[in-house]
Amino acid sequence: MVDSSTRQKLFGTPETNFLNCSKGWKSWAFTLDHKRIGIMYLIGVTVALFLAGVFALVLRSHLFTFDSTMLSDDMYNQMFTLHGAVMVFSFIIPSIPAALGNIVLPMMLGAKDVAFPRMNLASFYLWIIGTGCLLLAILSGKGLDTGWTFYTPYSIDTNTGVIYATFGAFILGFSSIFTGLNFLVTVNTMRSKDQGWFKLPLFVWSLYATAIIQVLATPVLGITLLMLIAEKTLHIGIFDPKYGGDPVLFQHFFWFYSHPAVYIMILPAMGVISELISVYSQKRIFGYSFIAFSSVAIALLGFLVWGHHMFTSGQSLVVTLIFSAITFTVAIPSAVKVFNWLATLYKGSILLNTPMCYALSFIFLFGIGGLTGLFLGALSTDIHLHDTYFVVAHFHFVMVGGTLTALLGGVFHWWPKIWGRMYNDFLGRVGCFLVFSGFNLTFFPQFVMGSRGMPRRYASYDPEFQIFHQLSTVGAFVLGIGILLSFVVLVYAALRGPRCSSNPFRAASLEWQSSSPPDFHNFLQTPVLTDPYDFESQVYDEELDTYIPREFANPDKVAPRKEPVHH
Amino acid sequence: MAVADSHDTHDDHHDLYDHGEFIAHHFDSAEQQFDSGKLGIWLFLVTEVLFFSGLFVAYTLYRTNHPEVFEQAHVFLNKYLGGLNTIVLLFSSLTMALGVRAAQLGRNKNCSVYILMTMVCATMFLGVKAVEYSHKWDMGILVRSAFNLTYTHPTPTTEIGKSLHISDYLVYLCIVPALLLAGFLAASVISKLINKTMLAKFMVAMAITVSGYFLGVVVGVVFMSATDAETGSSHASVIAEQPLMLMASTQDEHDEGDHDEGDHDKAAADPNHEGDHADHEEHFGAHPADGGEASFDAHHPDPSTLSRDIGIFFSIYYCMTGLHAIHIIGGIIALAWLYWRSLLGHWRTDYFGPVDYVGLYWHLVDLIWIYLFPLLYLID
Ligand code: HEM
Ligand SMILES: [Cu+2]
Repeated sequence: MVDSSTRQKLFGTPETNFLNCSKGWKSWAFTLDHKRIGIMYLIGVTVALFLAGVFALVLRSHLFTFDSTMLSDDMYNQMFTLHGAVMVFSFIIPSIPAALGNIVLPMMLGAKDVAFPRMNLASFYLWIIGTGCLLLAILSGKGLDTGWTFYTPYSIDTNTGVIYATFGAFILGFSSIFTGLNFLVTVNTMRSKDQGWFKLPLFVWSLYATAIIQVLATPVLGITLLMLIAEKTLHIGIFDPKYGGDPVLFQHFFWFYSHPAVYIMILPAMGVISELISVYSQKRIFGYSFIAFSSVAIALLGFLVWGHHMFTSGQSLVVTLIFSAITFTVAIPSAVKVFNWLATLYKGSILLNTPMCYALSFIFLFGIGGLTGLFLGALSTDIHLHDTYFVVAHFHFVMVGGTLTALLGGVFHWWPKIWGRMYNDFLGRVGCFLVFSGFNLTFFPQFVMGSRGMPRRYASYDPEFQIFHQLSTVGAFVLGIGILLSFVVLVYAALRGPRCSSNPFRAASLEWQSSSPPDFHNFLQTPVLTDPYDFESQVYDEELDTYIPREFANPDKVAPRKEPVHH
Repeated sequence: MAVADSHDTHDDHHDLYDHGEFIAHHFDSAEQQFDSGKLGIWLFLVTEVLFFSGLFVAYTLYRTNHPEVFEQAHVFLNKYLGGLNTIVLLFSSLTMALGVRAAQLGRNKNCSVYILMTMVCATMFLGVKAVEYSHKWDMGILVRSAFNLTYTHPTPTTEIGKSLHISDYLVYLCIVPALLLAGFLAASVISKLINKTMLAKFMVAMAITVSGYFLGVVVGVVFMSATDAETGSSHASVIAEQPLMLMASTQDEHDEGDHDEGDHDKAAADPNHEGDHADHEEHFGAHPADGGEASFDAHHPDPSTLSRDIGIFFSIYYCMTGLHAIHIIGGIIALAWLYWRSLLGHWRTDYFGPVDYVGLYWHLVDLIWIYLFPLLYLID
């Protein structure tokens, strides 16, 4: 039990915090503080999202009519390539781990920082350099038209900026490895005293599983891209059939990274959702250890299924069958998670605020995305569906419907912690509704056209598909407006939003025991180790209008829970 | 629940180390810091292994599909030079281990000596490698597309090359080290003059390190001419003893346009070639579309088809050894940093992490060579 002035000091609005403790651009550019690096990452990935988003809207506008002449065929190819490459390598992969994870992970462990702060900053600068190289492909005037997959032999023959782009992806790979390595070490060595593995929030487990993939898969992409560059410049004949090489080998190498990479994208998102679902139902997460181990299972199984991208590339039948079978097993841990989230919601006291709306959207959209993956993993159907809009819809349901939605939900969830200011919940929910409905309008019709044979990556199409494309284009703009609205709501909240308390939603993981915004050292006191899903451990403090650990509260005045209000 | 109030001064935020001499502010103890670094370096080594694994996979695939090519190709590698380099690297691992031991005991002076020895071994390795590379380039043994085997050595055209009877390429490969050597020597003299003894010492050590390269070059050239009687004739003898094998593996592709019976019988009769015939067509079937390789015909009866096969081996050879050499150079830079810190006397019995970490890295780089050597040089 501590006195009221100490409570005020620990949980009240602080005078100095990590945002204002040092000033000037240098204090940001050379900062070693994980929170500031996370914020810079967040700004970076937002820029990438907008850039690649604009490419997407241009693509969709072009596709509005079947005989559109808005873009030349070459321009169209370059647009979708850059859209995909920037979205995958510069936006989605770093989005949740490097931006949100960076801010939250050390605090969830009660640590002052990640294990290697300099490496963390280096990761961010590598991200800038790598993204710059990707964009150099446009700025050099050559463009890039291989698709984000850089398949040989076309990538060897085309004289667009493949070297810039692959080099950029290579650098981005190192950026990703640095983040992953840092997180692995941080979780292993920097947990607070007595914080065992099963007292970790599930977000930490998912980031840990993600980091395993980042460390194990990304180097293979690195060497593959180097070999591609060597092939293009020196013609070493490993991938180039003209010189006796094997172009399918490139596909194997590429997917050996890129399938696990899809789990780099989705696992952190699943971790965010586990937090949101539990906090906003005020209920202990159902089946903690199942969720935790399913993350690890997904990470490991994810290494054994890459061949499902190559069913039609001329693999032997035996190999194809094995890959198909293992692909199905990956669905099991994913389904375990969905089941557990639903069970957590059951009989919870649900607060339908913006983050929770995103979390519920996630479950729905990820469900569809995952289930359609099974159609693609089954041989007989995939022969028909491969390289059609069905695949496009599948991966957008998981990557956008899944990861982007979780990113937005997570950003809303931790936004008050980061800035000490509250967002406008009504507008936030309107944004979520626009994102959800716009997204479905964009991508659901693509399942239909795909199953009817509309191939992907084409600038023109048969008139019979026009109606679906038009729905899709309209949806894309609705989605764009939704994201833009959320962006405005967030920026406004960060600058002008009403002040908020240290723990407005009664979350129990350690980061909420810091002030909002947190101190430079994260915690002014050694945080009280609480079970992250035991919400009873947090009690309401009237004076400060916030939830604080029971150990700090005034025992005479313990109000367990205030009815949460919508802001 | 200790409520700390010591965080009121926030001016030194950019200084990583604000408590204890070498303990970063976010660690609680030296032990936690050491454990983190150790786990970090092991994970980094895992990524390194995986980074090389792509090349090892490529090696394995091409070797299983075309064992005859690998058997033919490796005779162009001088296993004595390779063996010499293996010994040099093994020795460097020993000195590195001794350096780590010295740092653990806080003996900075011993540590610096061992690190210097390690660096000299590293540059010597590179020197020998330069001799090997230049020799191959002379003979037109290049990557797949440029492969242009001539069996003859062009006469050197540079003054140095002429007077020392060494390859022009070797001369070029010595330019940068020569500049570095001159630079370090000059820097050491200057630092001496301005009374920076520590810096002068460091620069002398760097100059010694770079001389290791020239030592490697000299030893390499001597070794090569000593073994040339054997290996030089071995190029020729292979061609003399097994000309059929080389020819057969290339001939049928050359003729694959005209599928007459006799040709096929000939190919089938060749036991070395029978098994992989189908494969051959699949992977090596396409003829180069452009005329880029036509020029090879001038040098050898049928070099374009020969080079098609052997060139892939050397593509892999250059990728693997080149990437390895880059790692050696990276290691030298890290070692130089350690050397500087040993001069400053940083290592103590409770603080020696960096030497330990770089040591692990160095052992891994050696280990990779221990795999590369038999895989590339000792095929048979
Ligand atoms: C639930 C388990 C999943 C299964 C069974 C599954 C299955 C598949 C299959 C079989 C394909 C290949 C389709 C084809 O090219 O014919 C595919 C493509 C793809 N999937 Fe999934 N998937 C799953 C989850 C995910 C997740 C979570 C993501 C990302 C967050 C994802 C991203 C992608 C991408 C990007 C592609 C297409 C790559 C391209 O060709 O450009 N998938 N999926
Ligand atoms: Cu996949």
